[in-house]
Amino acid sequence: MAGALPAGDPVPPDGALPAAALAGVGERPFGVYVHVPFCLTRCGYCDFNTYTAAELGGGASRDGYAALAIAEIRFARRVLGTARAPVTSVFFGGGTPTVLPPSHLAEIVRAIDGEFGLAAGAEVTVEANPETVDERVMAGLRAAGMTRISLGMQSAAPHVLATLDRVHEPGRPARCARWAREAGFEHVNLDLIYGTPGESAADWAATLEAAVAAGPDHISAYALIVEPGTRLAARVGRGEVPRPDDDAMADRYLAADDLLTAAGLRWYEISNWAAGDRARCRHNLLYWTGGDWWGIGPGAHSHIGGTRWWNVKHPTAYAARITAGVSPGHAREVLTASERWLEQVLLETRLASGFPLDGLGGKGRVAAGAAVASGLLDAAALRSGRVVLTRQGRLLADGVVRDLTG
Amino acid sequence: MDIIRNFCIIAHIDHGKSTLADRMLQLTGVVDERQMRAQYLDRMDIERERGITIKSQAVRLPWTGRDGRGYVLNLIDTPGHVDFTYEVSRSLAACEGAILLVDAAQGIEAQTLANLYLALAADLHLIPVLNKIDLPAAQPARYAEELAGILGCDPAEVLQVSAKTGEGVRDLLNEVVSQVPPPRGDPHAPARALIFDSVYDTYRGVVTYVRVVDGRLSRREKSLMMSTGAAHDTLEVGVISPEPVPVASLGAGEVGYLITGVKDVRQARVGDTVTRADRPAAEALAGYDHPRPMVFSGLYPMDGDDYPDLRDALDKLSLNDAALVYEPETSTALGFGFRCGFLGLLHMEIVRERLEREFDLSLISTAPNVVYRVTMDSGAELTVTNPSDFPSGQAGVATVSGDIAKGKIAAVFEPVVKATILAPADYIGTIMELCQSRRGTLLGMEYLSTDRVEIRYRMPLAEIIFDFFDQLKSRSRGYASLDYEADGEQEANLVKVDILLQGQPVDAFSQIVHADAAREYGLSMTSKLRELIPRQQFEVPIQAAIGSRVIARENIRALRKDVLAKCYGGDITRKRKLLEKQKEGKKRMKTIGRVEVPQEAFIAALSTTPDKR
Repeated sequence: MAGALPAGDPVPPDGALPAAALAGVGERPFGVYVHVPFCLTRCGYCDFNTYTAAELGGGASRDGYAALAIAEIRFARRVLGTARAPVTSVFFGGGTPTVLPPSHLAEIVRAIDGEFGLAAGAEVTVEANPETVDERVMAGLRAAGMTRISLGMQSAAPHVLATLDRVHEPGRPARCARWAREAGFEHVNLDLIYGTPGESAADWAATLEAAVAAGPDHISAYALIVEPGTRLAARVGRGEVPRPDDDAMADRYLAADDLLTAAGLRWYEISNWAAGDRARCRHNLLYWTGGDWWGIGPGAHSHIGGTRWWNVKHPTAYAARITAGVSPGHAREVLTASERWLEQVLLETRLASGFPLDGLGGKGRVAAGAAVASGLLDAAALRSGRVVLTRQGRLLADGVVRDLTG
Repeated sequence: MDIIRNFCIIAHIDHGKSTLADRMLQLTGVVDERQMRAQYLDRMDIERERGITIKSQAVRLPWTGRDGRGYVLNLIDTPGHVDFTYEVSRSLAACEGAILLVDAAQGIEAQTLANLYLALAADLHLIPVLNKIDLPAAQPARYAEELAGILGCDPAEVLQVSAKTGEGVRDLLNEVVSQVPPPRGDPHAPARALIFDSVYDTYRGVVTYVRVVDGRLSRREKSLMMSTGAAHDTLEVGVISPEPVPVASLGAGEVGYLITGVKDVRQARVGDTVTRADRPAAEALAGYDHPRPMVFSGLYPMDGDDYPDLRDALDKLSLNDAALVYEPETSTALGFGFRCGFLGLLHMEIVRERLEREFDLSLISTAPNVVYRVTMDSGAELTVTNPSDFPSGQAGVATVSGDIAKGKIAAVFEPVVKATILAPADYIGTIMELCQSRRGTLLGMEYLSTDRVEIRYRMPLAEIIFDFFDQLKSRSRGYASLDYEADGEQEANLVKVDILLQGQPVDAFSQIVHADAAREYGLSMTSKLRELIPRQQFEVPIQAAIGSRVIARENIRALRKDVLAKCYGGDITRKRKLLEKQKEGKKRMKTIGRVEVPQEAFIAALSTTPDKR
């Protein structure tokens, strides 16, 4: 969702998908992503598609957003036809989904259930910024059908939060996690960011400890990326804050892996750790294993059976398309077999479960052997026919994937 | 013959020669308003864009003199750059007079002065002219004084024109008629014509430009090249006015062209004498020295598959450029390419640009170097045009040159030049400092006027081709100009510095430098490469070494992290495209040992001028 949208082929106004994409819908896991393009304030590092005004004109507003999202859900049902396609996961992301009242989110969940049916035990995640939720909202979110909450904690260090323009007080995420448990959330994730300019190794260690102490069953830790066009990029460009250093990032990553592993959270994707298999985020796994999902909302990306598309970016343009009953798709790509293979290697190599060795070409298998010798791939896993990154290899995953697919 | 005037224009780049030629074409009615385009005589795009003339041209202009008589003026265009001095002297030999054109806002430049001396040596009558008198910054009185001082004439004799507005150009043409002597020669003697240029044209074959000295060349008789003794059918004779116009014959004193069906310019060599096969002349005219390449560089295709195309392109270019020499060479770092010899840096740049533009090639060129003569203790002698072939100097160590390069070096000789620099007197100090730091020996200094000086130095050519001109320009705020001519060779304490990546020498980076400058070269190269080569999955030492002695060292630390942390559903397309791009980029990487070096790193490391960003 970040930055500018990629180039692609036009999307037909009725959103029709190639027959090859539709074949097998419902047999693969099927998720729905709902993008909520609103925030109360804009953070300096963020280049996501989000807006702070409540009223954007042209029918795009916070209050009217649920109706638009529901209209696209109905549109999705028409495009996918009559095939049974129970929804295995829903993810409300943003932006800040919790700037909408829980009742609006509930309407959207009901619409998804009404059109497609929620599978038994479906995972329904909502992202929330700590300052936007309290005990009452937690209860509302649970009542709306959410089973998992992902809290944007980012850091426990006040000066780091300040650099990131995050407005919550450092102790609040832990309280939110407790309220979430009390409200009956089965799964709680804390999102962390490391490598923020001004963050020390001690700041990061303290952040990890505070996060673990809050008792989540899942932690995502992302290296800060200075995205072009953001306020942070401008500040780095002017020399007001130092550019994050890759070597320091590597140290932070290893520190996170040590501490989280010791706390019983195991890595299952480069930047994600979970307490056991059931705590893993099923919706994100769907992205990483080539599942189907429909992205609702402006700028949202979708993938059905090898066809990817992405919606128009601005909420006003999106509202106009939805109101006119035409596809909000801005552009799409129908992946070739080799593109699908490349994505599969790229995504699955990032997972602890890895990628099957016999899925690689001859050159790739040779490269895998060399990567074992360099300490980047796990020797035992390779012997049993799987490509699995070592700790050092996780940090150099992009180069490893380049070699495996070369 | 007494109505013919053959003349050329000597001018510095940007002093308005092509614009003046344009005005002359219009005033004489050879080109009308409708056909007119700027820099009419500069045929190559590259000439027009850079505002320079590379190939000479000859154009016939009809003109009615002040006396009412019809005259035939032949304007022979000359290149204005030091690299093409050779072409200039060819053009001069076809003329009896020269217009010395100088920008009235800038005064005379070093190369103009050098060409002026060539013209004086060729016994040409000179007409001094100040151009651009319409400019607010023009100082005609001051520069007329300067020109008069150099030529030994009266400042009042210096004509003033504006080629842009046309002011004074009519008077100038009249002065050409009255001042330039008509050609001398024997119209009845056996034909003799001097070839001053030979150009390959795709449609017409080789077009040979000649100045007839004696007798007459016509289409009916076979022509004979006196150096080879080869006779050819004369398919066409003609004059350029300003497009080729066939004529029946060319008589003594006339300038025109011949087409003989020759396919290769080397069969109609510049400087050769053309005569008639049926009645050959006994003696050839005095020709020219063949130009010798002074600067060498390796040219390699970015994409190894383009090697045959590069070879074809060089073959074609050399049809028109007798000064360009090339032979195949192989580099472990850059693959298959050619070692090419050029007249100078501009010649090198132009050849490279023409190869890229006219033949659609992407090229990497190695840093330019000069030719070294190396004598060995054994008495053997080597000519080194590629630093990789420089003997290591250590007994028993073979190099690519084979057995002859074994053993100890007795002496190394490098080419030297006499450099002339013209500059405002304010910059004498900084310019002398620069020349001194480049191993120059002061030969003399003269004041051209109260505030402009001519400084003469003897310097190694190798010092001039490495960034000297840019330095000179920046230290004089663009005011200094430079000319140089070959002046033999000298013995020098020179060593070869090799650059090693992870212990592997990178042949493309080897350079021959003075022993005193070796460490500085090593330091700058290793630190430059440290910035340019991306970190690898392992540590990469970069060393500079003379033989086995390491003189500088840098380290590229091992890469520890390259992974992009986040990968949501919306990131996948972008991430795949990035991977595809990186895989493409990887194909274009050169691998030295295990180290992957992007081509941009080679290009940046090999450029002689510092990165302007």
